[in-house]
Amino acid sequence: MTFVNHYPKAARIVKANLIVAFVALSIGGFFGLIQALHRTDVFRGFVSSVGYYDVLTGHGVLLALVFTTFFITGLYQWGVTRTLEREPESSTFSWSWFVMMLVGTTMTATAILGGLVPGSGLSAAVLYTFYPPLQAHPLFYIGAALLIVGSWLAGADWFWTYRKWRADNPDARIPLQTYMVIFTWLMWYLCSLGVALEVVVLLIPWSLGIVEKIDPLLPRTLFWYFGHAVVYFWLLPAYFVWYSILPKLSGGRLFSDPLARIVFIFFLLLSTPIGYHHQYADPGISLVYKMWALIMTLVILLPSLMTAFTVISSMEHGARQRGGSGYFAWMGALPWGQPAFVGCALAGIMFAAGGFSGMINASLNIDMLVHNTAWIPGHFHLTVGTATALTFMAITYWLLPQLTGKELKFKNLALAQPYTWFIGMTLMSNALHRQGLAGVPRRVSEPQYAGIDYEVPFGTMAEMDWQVAIGGIILFVALIFFLVVVGGTFWAGSPATNVDDVIPPALSGPEHSPKILDNLKLWMGVAVALVLIAYTLPLAEMVMDGLFSPGAFPAPM
Amino acid sequence: MHVHRFEKLWIGLSLLLIAAFIGIVLFGFTVMNLKVPGVETGETVDPATVLSEGPFAQPGVRKVSDNHYEVYMLAQQFLFRPGSTQPLTLPAETKVTFHMTSPDVMHGFEVPGSGLNATVIPGQIATFSTRFPEAKTYGIICHQYCGSAHHNMQGEIEVVPPSEFDESNLISQ
Repeated sequence: MTFVNHYPKAARIVKANLIVAFVALSIGGFFGLIQALHRTDVFRGFVSSVGYYDVLTGHGVLLALVFTTFFITGLYQWGVTRTLEREPESSTFSWSWFVMMLVGTTMTATAILGGLVPGSGLSAAVLYTFYPPLQAHPLFYIGAALLIVGSWLAGADWFWTYRKWRADNPDARIPLQTYMVIFTWLMWYLCSLGVALEVVVLLIPWSLGIVEKIDPLLPRTLFWYFGHAVVYFWLLPAYFVWYSILPKLSGGRLFSDPLARIVFIFFLLLSTPIGYHHQYADPGISLVYKMWALIMTLVILLPSLMTAFTVISSMEHGARQRGGSGYFAWMGALPWGQPAFVGCALAGIMFAAGGFSGMINASLNIDMLVHNTAWIPGHFHLTVGTATALTFMAITYWLLPQLTGKELKFKNLALAQPYTWFIGMTLMSNALHRQGLAGVPRRVSEPQYAGIDYEVPFGTMAEMDWQVAIGGIILFVALIFFLVVVGGTFWAGSPATNVDDVIPPALSGPEHSPKILDNLKLWMGVAVALVLIAYTLPLAEMVMDGLFSPGAFPAPM
Repeated sequence: MHVHRFEKLWIGLSLLLIAAFIGIVLFGFTVMNLKVPGVETGETVDPATVLSEGPFAQPGVRKVSDNHYEVYMLAQQFLFRPGSTQPLTLPAETKVTFHMTSPDVMHGFEVPGSGLNATVIPGQIATFSTRFPEAKTYGIICHQYCGSAHHNMQGEIEVVPPSEFDESNLISQ
């Protein structure tokens, strides 16, 4: 008896979300392979250097927005249902948010992929940041809006379950997994409001031709109001896994439940009011706010460093339970033969490296060396591309038996997958970082310019290109491993007898923390206040000279 | 609430690290004069008329004083003006202030090896200053996706010794 037996309705919803996530992952991952080969000039036979931008848009949207969102809604539905021990209040409502997100995704994907079909009349080569006045087909924006609003309803569904649970348990502490879901979604409501306003108020009317011109800075600023917090929207579900499941996979228990709560509060408060750090090189944003973003962004290192401590201590505790000893030798006692553990642990290691390169990005004037260079994709392929994506893939190995009642198929392949991913990403990411230091731009189909010789700090450009191309191929192979394991389990898994689905309580539980940590209204209030401080004046300045002015003409892509 | 003493130590070290990072950036900003673009005048331009009115109607190098030049440069699909059709010539060891805008979509301005980096946004004027340390040829790359020929958008800056800088091509004020 496991999740699927106790909560069959929720299990179906979770599975549907994961399937959409994995379809997006497979298409987006294939696009990634095309880019790695094209950029480096190893093979340019898939698309032209113009079609590259359609592929790049597809890669960004399908992976960063679709794969993540659907996986997260699936994972969080599982977490809320199992910790509050309630099926969704209304299946109709749950399926309606799922269908809304799916319809939105289909519209957006159709607009993007249409760009690769000559004569389709569709195209949306605007990349996943869709900075106006680059203009996509209206389907692109309408679909994006539906995806976001659908995710809001998913959150509403969980709050509904939470309120019902609270009515039955007036004095209980919020279970940790549900606590993390709630705080992620409070942050998500706060930050995605920016992109929703951008898309619904500015871009949809403009793409339909109701207004002709657009002020590029305002939507860009609204995008980054959302665009940095969204990285925590990707990351917090990985933290959810690292805090609540990884200690158990290591053979132990979470070190401290109260500190996990504090970390999530930090992210609610600090994720959104720092979006300007993506606009350090922009005109039209005052240095005062850039400085504010610098300080807030570096302060947000704190909860991540705290996470590193708690997660590693929990793993050490697990290793010692398994008989490990010594200062460092305990690491050898960790379950390096179990795919779910290995994936999460390797993802955590890569996240540490990505965190350090992120500190460079955050550092205002130092960022000028790497802004918009290959360093940036080098950085975020460690964070969202590994810390998040590899954690999601790894925890799928542990979740699938609970969701399907079947044994995981091809266990050896599943074990090889995270190691393969790690090797591929090490090659690709180190080379992208170094190319960025040499000044190679990101987001360009042919970064080789006649007459411009990059000064490479160490290594050679050819060596780095090969590392990117080979790394990309290895990552794609790891993706295929993953899809084979998941597909095999879904369609050909044998019935599981003993599903491992127990999560032991933390060493230091919620009873050791003040109740104020569970005060949702208080923390949301502080978060809103910080956002108002950060954004009221700059946005007011941009809006006061006219919502669509100074206006630029649309450039259909 | 109980916090383990190792964790207290860790949090203390983390805060020190954060303070050190902020300190390094501020030191660079103030003492080493490593600045970033910001709001200089608060003025905006109309992308529809920027090619025909105001200083950007005549892009090029102007002289502010003997030791200070300014460059009005347009980034547009898929050229830097000046910079793409012929190199932009500038004197070394002299303060140069760039003013950039775009009449169409967003562009990027990156000069590998110089630390110069700016986003060019229609309607806004990106202003930033530098001093090229030596005579040398630099490339300019558009590093903000701007459309189908984005990868062909490049230019060149030819930095010459101050004594060889030809002032006959300057735009008069």
